[in-house]
Amino acid sequence: MNPVTVIVGSSIGGVRTAQALRASGYDGEVLLVGEETALPYDKPPLSKGLLAGKSTVEDITLLTEEAAAEAGIRLVPGRAATGLDVAGRWIELADGERLRFDDLVIATGARARPSPWGGMPGVHVLRTLGDAEALARDLGKGGPLVVIGAGFIGAEVAATARDMGVEDVTLVDPAPAPLHGVLGPELADWCARLHAGNGVTTRFGVGVDGIDRSAEGLLVRLADGKRFPAATVVVGIGAVPCDDWLRSSCLRLDDGVVCDAYGRAAENVYAVGDVARVPHPRKNALVRAEHWTSTVEQAARVAHNIARKESPRAHEPVEYVWSDQYDNTIQITGHTGGPLSAVTVPGPDPGRAFARLYAEPDGSFAGAVTVNWPRALITCRKAVGSAASLEEIRGSVSAKRPVTKTGARP
Amino acid sequence: MAVVKADPGLCQGYANCVVAADDVFDLDDDGVVVVLRDEVEESEKDRVTDAARSCPVSALVVESS
Ligand SMILES: Cc1cc2nc3c(=O)[nH]c(=O)nc-3n(C[C@H](O)[C@H](O)[C@H](O)COP(=O)(O)OP(=O)(O)OC[C@H]3O[C@@H](n4cnc5c(N)ncnc54)[C@H](O)[C@@H]3O)c2cc1C
Ligand code: SF4
Repeated sequence: MNPVTVIVGSSIGGVRTAQALRASGYDGEVLLVGEETALPYDKPPLSKGLLAGKSTVEDITLLTEEAAAEAGIRLVPGRAATGLDVAGRWIELADGERLRFDDLVIATGARARPSPWGGMPGVHVLRTLGDAEALARDLGKGGPLVVIGAGFIGAEVAATARDMGVEDVTLVDPAPAPLHGVLGPELADWCARLHAGNGVTTRFGVGVDGIDRSAEGLLVRLADGKRFPAATVVVGIGAVPCDDWLRSSCLRLDDGVVCDAYGRAAENVYAVGDVARVPHPRKNALVRAEHWTSTVEQAARVAHNIARKESPRAHEPVEYVWSDQYDNTIQITGHTGGPLSAVTVPGPDPGRAFARLYAEPDGSFAGAVTVNWPRALITCRKAVGSAASLEEIRGSVSAKRPVTKTGARP
Repeated sequence: MAVVKADPGLCQGYANCVVAADDVFDLDDDGVVVVLRDEVEESEKDRVTDAARSCPVSALVVESS
């Protein structure tokens, strides 16, 4: 009998695992089970182009029925997995059906942390296509919009709403500035100014006490007593891994499915993407990344490890995430922010493009944030995990600036 | 041989392709993808296809010729 790989979760992690199984020459059956009925779609555009109406559902589709059939991937949409028996090698679906597997890949991702101030009409989270469509409809009616949480999703929603012409946008976070943890104080301040400069009212360093509903609409109450009326509220306060369906299995769960360096959670059971907690090669810790690129890398590794059991490969992730805000592309790689010391290298157009390079306490290069300067990012991404010093990387990044006509560097 | 095609209009300069296969992809000074070799050997196809699939905006395709 042909071996069967069942993949649970049909977003980027699940789809890329299925495709990579085929690319690695796997000739067993591949089943892609997903609780959503829509064709698999990609998430980053949900806070960017799709929300703004610049891209369509077709543009963000990851796998069409034809492409799935051609690759020999069986789509099982609209079915949620509710249980797993590792020893018996089957999963259970919500309707009670059991699917047998030889190998299982858990790719159930994460869901938005729900509003602790209650759900009511006009209060949104953003994780699924349905969320994005509902938010786009409300934003189409105009403001005021209050975004609670200035992480990636909150900051992008505020930026996209301004780009869509929403007049009155407020961004609130108890941290001192947006993306404070990954950017570090100085660059986070730059990001705060970016939003203020684009007409967003910013309220940082203050938390939310509650959301009230009145005849006029919603009212967001801050801890300092200020009140912001809102037609629409977006709660962007993080995500929680979808691992509850594994509670009764023997897998080790710790804010995600704990895996070894090969992506294995148990014999013949693997996890990828936002749901997976994997050993970090340099930090000596288990890390659950919530980033697109690490999901794709994990999918490729796990597929290889299923298809080529005799030569498994360990994960060697280099943290990488991008964020688009207004007309800026912010790219982050390696270990950044926090208390690390840092230098700024001006880019080809210093007003718009620059790189901030971070050093570990011993002076070695830790990571970088680049703004509108992808060529510097490439250099930094390749250097993460090497033994290079900050000074060496500063030299090679500076060399990426185009030389002006006079021969001087700008 | 396999043919490598890029849609510069879609490219957002995320650079995943360059990190995956810097002998086939690079970025120009504006951060837009440049295909360094538009034909690759059959033996390289899997590796280059993986690099193309690492593009978040699906700006790259590798086709058998
Ligand atoms: C709005 C938004 C913007 C983002 N922007 C960026 C960005 O700019 N850059 C970046 O690097 N990352 C970004 N990310 C993060 C990135 O999208 C995620 O890291 C990625 O989607 C993770 O993929 P995944 O397949 O592991 O999980 P998910 O995308 O969460 O997919 C999991 C799938 O599993 C399904 N599922 C869950 N439970 C079950 C079950 N029990 N049975 C069956 N199916 C189930 C879900 O319905 C879902 O379809 C963004 C995320 C969001 C939400
Ligand atoms: S991965 Fe895609 S978006 Fe990124 S540089 Fe390459 S082609 Fe452009």
